[in-house]
Amino acid sequence: MNPETSRRLLFDMLRIRSVEETIAARYGEQKMRCPTHLSVGQEAVAAAAGAVLRPTDLAVSGHRAHAHYLAKGGSLKAMIAEIYGKVTGCARGKGGSMHLIDESVGFMGSTAIVGGTVPVGIGLSYPMKLNATGQIACVFLGDAVPETGVFFESVNFAVVKQLPVLFLCENNGYSVYSPLSVRQPPGRKLSELVAGFGLTTHHGDGNDARAVYAALSEGVAAIRSGEGPRFYEFETYRWREHCGPNYDNEIGYRSVAEFEAWKLRDPVPALQRALITEAIVTDADVADMQAEIDAEIEEAFAFAKSSPFPPPEDAFTDVYASTAG
Amino acid sequence: MATSFAAAIRDGLATALAADPNVICFGLGTDDPKGVFGTTLDLHKEFGSDRVFDMPTSEAAMTGFAIGAALNGMRPVMTHQRLDFALLSIDQLVNNAAKWRFMFGGKRGVPITIRMIIGRGWGQGPTHSQSLQSWFAHIPGLKVVMPTTAEDAKGLLLGSIFDDDPVIFLEHRWLHNMQGEVPTGDVRTPLGKARVVRQGDAVTIVAMSYMTVEALHAVDHLAAQGIACDLIDLRSIRPLDWPTVIASVQKTGRLLALDSGHLTGGVAGEIVARIATDHFASLKCAPQRLAAPDVPEATSPALTKTYHVRAEHIAEAVGDMLGREVETASLIAQRSFPHDVPGTWFSGPF
Repeated sequence: MNPETSRRLLFDMLRIRSVEETIAARYGEQKMRCPTHLSVGQEAVAAAAGAVLRPTDLAVSGHRAHAHYLAKGGSLKAMIAEIYGKVTGCARGKGGSMHLIDESVGFMGSTAIVGGTVPVGIGLSYPMKLNATGQIACVFLGDAVPETGVFFESVNFAVVKQLPVLFLCENNGYSVYSPLSVRQPPGRKLSELVAGFGLTTHHGDGNDARAVYAALSEGVAAIRSGEGPRFYEFETYRWREHCGPNYDNEIGYRSVAEFEAWKLRDPVPALQRALITEAIVTDADVADMQAEIDAEIEEAFAFAKSSPFPPPEDAFTDVYASTAG
Repeated sequence: MATSFAAAIRDGLATALAADPNVICFGLGTDDPKGVFGTTLDLHKEFGSDRVFDMPTSEAAMTGFAIGAALNGMRPVMTHQRLDFALLSIDQLVNNAAKWRFMFGGKRGVPITIRMIIGRGWGQGPTHSQSLQSWFAHIPGLKVVMPTTAEDAKGLLLGSIFDDDPVIFLEHRWLHNMQGEVPTGDVRTPLGKARVVRQGDAVTIVAMSYMTVEALHAVDHLAAQGIACDLIDLRSIRPLDWPTVIASVQKTGRLLALDSGHLTGGVAGEIVARIATDHFASLKCAPQRLAAPDVPEATSPALTKTYHVRAEHIAEAVGDMLGREVETASLIAQRSFPHDVPGTWFSGPF
């Protein structure tokens, strides 16, 4: 991996972490009046995907999509404004945290029903295949998605038609508070399950950003060259509660020991330490990155807070292409 | 030259496929030897298997696939051989197709057309006969179209395909063999305009799809007895052509709403409610509705003899609203074929 890419990965992970932590810190102010699903601890996969995908590639995601949106190039200002319910938000206040979109960078939308955008992603890829555009479609998904019927239906059709789709699974072990042990039989690996559909699958450490980047680089190149869809599963961990800003280890669905063990594998300082050791960045470089990020976040929150709410009549627009209906 | 409703659908699909390379057409059996009751017959030979294709038995995924393809520039037409199969895709229709434009602040809409065929009679039974237009019409963001004539089948299908919103296009199996004149070429009928089929001043009868046919028998039978009714074929359930309905009720003062779906929560109930709440003063008597009973349709012909709303029920309802006796025995006697088929042309197995 070249130093430039390494620095980008670190920058993007620091940025995503800081954005999520700032949302958590300010959530209690009651100005962000919508459910938010933070991905603190899971930054590596998003950052690596963002570095591998091109702006012209298209991506969709689910309810925990802040990191995917930012990594794909989505506007931070528009995202924070959307969470604040402002007219300057990326969906003009209609969507909130769970419905992010920035078509200018190929982020085609994230929605709140588990598995709901998986078939939309394979549909996005169909014109790419027919017109040989060289683009791919990336479907970000969590480990609960391979429990939905629509996931298997979609993977099957993507294989039938050899569509250029990257199914990118972040396995954080939990669906809300339900561990994988109540959702899949012991010993099953999602990547092995999906492999039965006849596509190349991969399983890896989702907290090692450079390993994720390397795997995705190879996989995306293969998809782009016409080899059909691939499924990538990376194991990682959600630090905070399913929905909201807090830590929730005290409610008993997971052990503190498990949480602490994953925290030791924090992907952000891990990459930072490695890059400093390898002399790819210095402490001063990291400080500069953090200062740039902090300034951008401050500006984005100020923008969101000072932006106007949509006018009340906007509640009735955007249902149909014209006013008929 | 007269052509069938089914041939008119095929004509509409071929016209759309020829007019716009972004139109694709798929569904279970689309390219099979029967071609979905002839409505898609051999289109794949004419337009290629990239644009006209069969699919896995994966209704939810293929609906989401259509949505994604539409978001990326295509105009997909998906076909279900029965409406009942489309229920597997309700999540995609309601949570994605209907809301995409709204939840992303108007960034992009989903120009898909989902054809669903409604069965009735001839043993179609509980899961091949459901007329669920009220479900879809209830969802802001969806449009719901129900043609009755062959001409409308083609025109409204083209109107639906080139509409920029998701359209649920409901075809009644009992209409597939109806003959009618169909214009050639790319004739796109705008959605949301009802058709006044018969004019009169006694009662306003609002119908849709196959119910229009039963109503037509009733209205012509009543005309011979000196009762002239307005018969409105809605053609589009959402948007619904309220001005046409309201103008007719203001003329007649009496409303009979027909529904091929169940009574409770149905479209007829919505029409009655809107007129009763907003135009009460126009009414000379309580508005009435006739719809399918609130039980699933049974399979045995013995159990469907009294299940369906037929022309005689419509004629009787009109008579009741006018406070006079109407003769229906000769109307019933006109039907020379069994009660569970649309005509002598229909002998199964579908």
